[in-house]
Amino acid sequence: MISLSQYLILGAILFALGVVGIFLNRKNVVILLMAIELMLLAVNMNFVAFSSYLNDPAGQIFVFFILTVAAAESAIGLAILIVLFRNRSTINVEDLDTLKG
Amino acid sequence: MTFEQIVFYFFSGVLVLAAVVVVTVRNPVKAALALVLAFFSAAGLWILLEAEFLAIVLVLVYVGAVMVLFLFVVMMLDINIAELREGFGDYLPIGGIVAALMVVEMAIILGPRRFGLAKVPVPQAHGATFSNTRMLGDLLYTTYVYPFEIAAAILLVAIIAAIALTMRRRPETKYQNPAEQVRVQRSDRLRIIRMPSEKKG
Repeated sequence: MISLSQYLILGAILFALGVVGIFLNRKNVVILLMAIELMLLAVNMNFVAFSSYLNDPAGQIFVFFILTVAAAESAIGLAILIVLFRNRSTINVEDLDTLKG
Repeated sequence: MTFEQIVFYFFSGVLVLAAVVVVTVRNPVKAALALVLAFFSAAGLWILLEAEFLAIVLVLVYVGAVMVLFLFVVMMLDINIAELREGFGDYLPIGGIVAALMVVEMAIILGPRRFGLAKVPVPQAHGATFSNTRMLGDLLYTTYVYPFEIAAAILLVAIIAAIALTMRRRPETKYQNPAEQVRVQRSDRLRIIRMPSEKKG
C-alpha cells in the first residue's frame, strides 16, 4: 500500500529539483520557465494526493484552476520572451540590465 | 510488493529522472521533451490516485498545448547555447545544498510519522460506476461556478495579452486597407481622355 507521505515526499523532491533548475540555469529564461512548471507540478501533485487521501474533491478543483492560471502564465511568459528576443537578440538574463536594477 | 507499489515506484522514478534531465540537459529542446515525459509520468500517478480527469487534462492541456508552445518558441529562437551555459555549475554546490536541505526538512515533516498509513489510511477505492469527471463537473458548475467564470476571463486576458505583445506591423510588408478599398470611386482609378483618332500615315 502506498501512503500519503510517499506522494508528499515525491512532491518535495520535484519541488527541490525545480529550485536546483533555477540555480543552475539562471541565464536561460526558457529553462527557468520549465523549472517553474516543474515546481507547479509538484504543488499539483500534493493537492491531488491530499484530495484523494482526505476524500475531498476541493483539492482537485484547485488543481484545475492552477492548471488554468499556469497555462496563461506560460503563454504570456513566452510572448514576453519572444518580444525580448526580437528587441535584444538574446534571452540571457544577465543582458537584461536596461533598468539598471 | 503489490502491483500498486510497482506502478508508483516506476512512475515516480521516471518522473524524478525526467525532472533531473530537464534542469541539467544542455539543449533546451531536449529539456522540453524531458518535461513532456515528466508530465506523462505525473499523469500516470494521478490516475493511480483516482484523479482521472485531471490526468487527462494534464496530458491534453500541458503536453498538447503548453509544451508544444514551449517547443515552438525554443525552436524558433536562434539561441547561443554555449553562452547561456557559461558558469553552469557555479551555483551547483549552494543550489544542491539548498535543495537537499529542503528535501530533508520536508521529509522530516511529511514522513510516515505524521502522514503514514497509520495516520492517513488508504482511501476506499471508488466503484466501477463512479465517474471522477462527473463529480468534478457537478462541483465546477454549481459550487465553483464563479471561480470557473473568472478562470475563463483569465484565459481571455492571456490570449489578448499574448497576441498584443507579439503582434507587430512590419514596415516592409504591404497591407490592404479594406475601408479604403470599399470607399474607392471610379474617378480615383480611371481617367477618360479625349483624343483624336490616329490616322495611318
